[in-house]
Amino acid sequence: MQYELDQQEAPRRLSLSLWKRVLQLARPHWGKIGQCMVMMILLGVLEAAQPLLTRYAIDEIVVKGNTANLGWFIGLSLLLMVVLDFAAAYGFLYLAGHIEWHVNYDIRTRGFRKLQELPFSYYDRMPVGNLLTRLTSDTAQIGEALGWGMLDFVWASFYLLASFVSMFLINWQLALIVLASIPPLLAVAFFFEKRMIANHRKIRRVNSQITAAFNEGIMGAKTSKTLVREQLNNQEMQQLTGEIRRRSIHASVLSSLFFPLVTFIASIVTALVLTRGVGITLSGAMSLGSLAAFVGYVVEFFHPIENIAGTFTEFQRRQAAAERVLTLLDTQPDIQDSAEVEAQFGDNFHPKKENWPPIAGDVQFQDVGFKYKDGEEVLRRFDLHVQAGQTIALVGATGAGKSTIVNLICRFYEPTQGNILIDGVDYRQRSQLWLQSNLGYVLQEPHLFSGTIADNIRYAAKDASDEQVRRAAQLVNAEGFIMKLEKGYDTQVGEGGNRLSTGEKQLISFARAIIHDPRIFVLDEATSSVDTETEMMIQHAIERTLEGRTSFIIAHRLSTIRNADRILVIEDGQISESGTHQELIAARGQYHQLYTTQFQEERSMDELGSRRTQPATT
Amino acid sequence: MTASRLLKTLLRQNARYYILALIFTIFRTMAQFATPAILAELIDHHLGDGPSRFPALLNRGFDRLFGPGYLGQNLWLFGVMIVLISIISGVAFYFRGTLTTKGSQNAAQHLRNRMYDHIQHLPFDYHVKVETGDLLQRCTSDIDTIRRFLSDQVVSLLYSFFMVIIALALMLPINPGITLLSLSITPVIFLFSMYFFRLVSQSFRKSDEAEAVMSTVLQENLTGVRVVRAFGQAQSEIEKFEAASREHRKRGFKVASVEAVYWGLSGSMGNLQIVISMLVTILAALRGTITIGDMVLLTSYTSMLMWPIRQLGRVLTDSGKTRVALNRLVEVLNTKTEPEEPDALKPVLQGDIVFDHVTFGYESSRPVLQDVSFTVQPGQTVAILGPTGSGKSSLVHLLQRLYAPQGGQIRIGGVPLEKIDRNYLRQRVGLVLQDSFLYSKTIRENIAITTAQADQPHIDHAAQIASAIDFIQKSEKGYDTMVGERGVTLSGGQKQRIAIARTLMKDNDILIFDDSLSAVDTRTDAQIRDALLSGDRRTTTFIISHRISTLSRADLILVLEDGRITASGQHADLIKQPGLYRRIYEIQGGSDASPARHEEVTA
Repeated sequence: MQYELDQQEAPRRLSLSLWKRVLQLARPHWGKIGQCMVMMILLGVLEAAQPLLTRYAIDEIVVKGNTANLGWFIGLSLLLMVVLDFAAAYGFLYLAGHIEWHVNYDIRTRGFRKLQELPFSYYDRMPVGNLLTRLTSDTAQIGEALGWGMLDFVWASFYLLASFVSMFLINWQLALIVLASIPPLLAVAFFFEKRMIANHRKIRRVNSQITAAFNEGIMGAKTSKTLVREQLNNQEMQQLTGEIRRRSIHASVLSSLFFPLVTFIASIVTALVLTRGVGITLSGAMSLGSLAAFVGYVVEFFHPIENIAGTFTEFQRRQAAAERVLTLLDTQPDIQDSAEVEAQFGDNFHPKKENWPPIAGDVQFQDVGFKYKDGEEVLRRFDLHVQAGQTIALVGATGAGKSTIVNLICRFYEPTQGNILIDGVDYRQRSQLWLQSNLGYVLQEPHLFSGTIADNIRYAAKDASDEQVRRAAQLVNAEGFIMKLEKGYDTQVGEGGNRLSTGEKQLISFARAIIHDPRIFVLDEATSSVDTETEMMIQHAIERTLEGRTSFIIAHRLSTIRNADRILVIEDGQISESGTHQELIAARGQYHQLYTTQFQEERSMDELGSRRTQPATT
Repeated sequence: MTASRLLKTLLRQNARYYILALIFTIFRTMAQFATPAILAELIDHHLGDGPSRFPALLNRGFDRLFGPGYLGQNLWLFGVMIVLISIISGVAFYFRGTLTTKGSQNAAQHLRNRMYDHIQHLPFDYHVKVETGDLLQRCTSDIDTIRRFLSDQVVSLLYSFFMVIIALALMLPINPGITLLSLSITPVIFLFSMYFFRLVSQSFRKSDEAEAVMSTVLQENLTGVRVVRAFGQAQSEIEKFEAASREHRKRGFKVASVEAVYWGLSGSMGNLQIVISMLVTILAALRGTITIGDMVLLTSYTSMLMWPIRQLGRVLTDSGKTRVALNRLVEVLNTKTEPEEPDALKPVLQGDIVFDHVTFGYESSRPVLQDVSFTVQPGQTVAILGPTGSGKSSLVHLLQRLYAPQGGQIRIGGVPLEKIDRNYLRQRVGLVLQDSFLYSKTIRENIAITTAQADQPHIDHAAQIASAIDFIQKSEKGYDTMVGERGVTLSGGQKQRIAIARTLMKDNDILIFDDSLSAVDTRTDAQIRDALLSGDRRTTTFIISHRISTLSRADLILVLEDGRITASGQHADLIKQPGLYRRIYEIQGGSDASPARHEEVTA
């Protein structure tokens, strides 16, 4: 997916409406943008004024041998070229930096807020890498476009304008020659810039292929060794490295031609201006200083033109990034609290907890149907009533719909048909936060955040005391391993918790759920990665903590769920068997069969000391 | 090898490009100084009455060619000169650009290929321990740093160097004193730029770090979105992200502000130098020490020098990073690969396999296998049972020479294993690892991965035996389904079946399943084994498994505990003696542990 997005061609035309919207987003910084433009204009004018100083020096001072104004002249030069130039350049750079970073920040945090509202169905379709790009490099590109691109354009325009004004004032005939060269210069510049950007994109694509190949080469080195594939791998790699080399050299031909072509056109202009200018000067119609000043303008004037062409193409290139970000900002979440609900219970960021009714935990599915976005139907006419405080276990094959059922309970998705009632009320009549603040959710692949162990346990209860954190850890038997760590509760868990084993992460995520003191507990394969002994201990902890709370347990290890109040065997989105462990064993149905075969394998694995899950059942 | 050796190698390999680029750089730089010189000549000699400032040789040449005074009457020739010079300069620019690109790209290609090749040939053990992210960074961004140095930075440095040298060579003869005054504060600008970039490198680093922190928060949030929602923590996540993002903004803006100071200040310092040059030259011209042409020339040259000087500090600071990058590559390249063995044998591997008192440990102080001895007749199936960490995988890895035993000897058909050519051995010994790694290619390419070309019936056959053909044909694009990052995610069992199929594509004398049937269900496990046994030639097979149904049919069962063989024999013998095998056997349903009872549990 990410690849396809990379390969997206840049839009051919510059979309003004898009950039207008981007400018709207930057509204808080319009003042700064305005100030910055003033600085750029000042800078452009100052730079355009420099040849005039040369002219004055030659004509008024040296040729006339008049030193009376020398002091003034030097003073003015110092003021314009040193003091004001510094002020304008510094001011412009500072303000442009300010705009770049603040616009970047604004759009990025806005995007982040939007992501916190978007439902899981959005995340199902969007790879994380893609979203990361949008909020990192894409927003950075918008910031740069506003901070530098737009302002560069202003500078170039004003520099050109000021230059031409003084050129026309010095000699309009010569100025016309210079003016005539602008169309061909722009044409060349656009021609090249466009192709150079296309080249650049191609090179980047091969480059990302090389990165992927290296990644694969490193990750798969062991496999390549056992298959003796080194030679073939090398050949494939050499093809890629050869391709990027070829493309880069090809691209360098273009970029190495561009600049000489521009200077070639400029040299023709210079040659014309100089020979014609010398003639005019000889005839006495123009001063020596004017000639020198004119040549000064001609030598420099193609820089802003190059700049203008460059800015345009840059904007085209950045347009794709801006489009991606705006699309994100425009996405409407398909799970949204209604206006009335928001008015009463508050939104996701500003809850009105005082209005929240207490939650008992009675959960009811009424004729629920659910289809994923891609049309896959998972549940149809599903009915289920769970009384507050009951423990329900869900068993069944992958894809039978177990996870969907719990995701619906959590309101990560909403039913596409029928209703889900919590305490007898359709949960769409309450805010999402009301329900989710009362949920305890433990996943198969536990996700921790960077920070200490204590931080992670405290995740959903920021003001929990150290004592409470410890109690939660003790309850899930996590304290044993925590205390063995050098810094105990203050141990850093690393990015995503990767310094801990999966089993340890699972224990922490358990403690995190318990300290949250939820009314409804969801355990999705929560204990698959801990060894049997720990699992038993967690089991006891769960039984203690689940008391009085409604809970839903999905487990492949059937030993985990023997004590559930009710076990549901889910098959193709339907309940095929339902009852307690004893009842279902006695019925000698599917559950019985699952249980007996699995029980043997589980026990052998325990005997062999393996703590891995039984892969055959995942 | 050292960093400087590596750099020398890279430069030597591309010496011709760099030498030519150097020559073109000189041409280009000289050409840049020509236009102001022509202007000065026009001002002094043709508009004024001063002597010609062109070299006498040039003037004589013109007079000889067109007749005396021709140039003075045909001023358009100066225009032609300007255009010609621009062409020379353009050609030089073009060749300099393409040549340095060639040189730097060749060097980058050399480094990429060399790193890749080297990494592939590093021993198995290295890859077990390596930090992939770090190694990847060395292969990508470090090589890129070196490439940038060899293209942009080298050019920049050379260009600045020649600019200064040629400017001095042209300016000093006019008037040494005035020249030196004209360039009086240039060294200060240079030192300032050096000092500044060294000073702010800290800010740059902090900004990079802040960005990394922000990305981490973002990534953790996105991957943990379920947790965030389930605990209703969106608000606190926003606060966390905004704090990280604010810090990133602060650091980034800090860099932008100090850079604003630098470019602003160095710009006005450069301008100050130009004003000084103007003042000095005006005074000299007034006094008649120099002509107006000289004045224009000296001031133009001075201003031409300012930009490269202002850039120098940055270029030099960036070049410092190249040394670090080179060192990081050298570190990998200095790690020893599996040694070449030109005298190694390539015997027929169909004899008996003998483990003769084999002892092995990853660290010699902690043996994983101790005094392991057994003999396997050709065509036999050996099954290995043992708890986690008992040395099962190590035992079979030794057969591919992925590791070497510290004591004892392994022989195949009487030939000691260490005498057998490593690649030959690995080609003839099929090993299916526990964790199957698939390449991001199509399923077809993955199955045929060991051969440059393979025919469809052959592939079908392998997929058939590995029980992979059903799910392959069911998937939308069949064999053309892309696997991995760019394609579909396969389940563990599907991956394993493809890994088995690709191993079966080889011509194996010995076949090893390192617990690699675990992700397939019992029935498929049996199917695969049946299919293997039905071949015309029986391959010697090693199977690590915990399923009694799999183990029971082996010709030889080894029970491995703590690196020692605690029991061996056939199923019938082993169930008679107390021990691990019997315990497992009893757990798995005792006497009727037939495959039929091990129905696939779930899909």
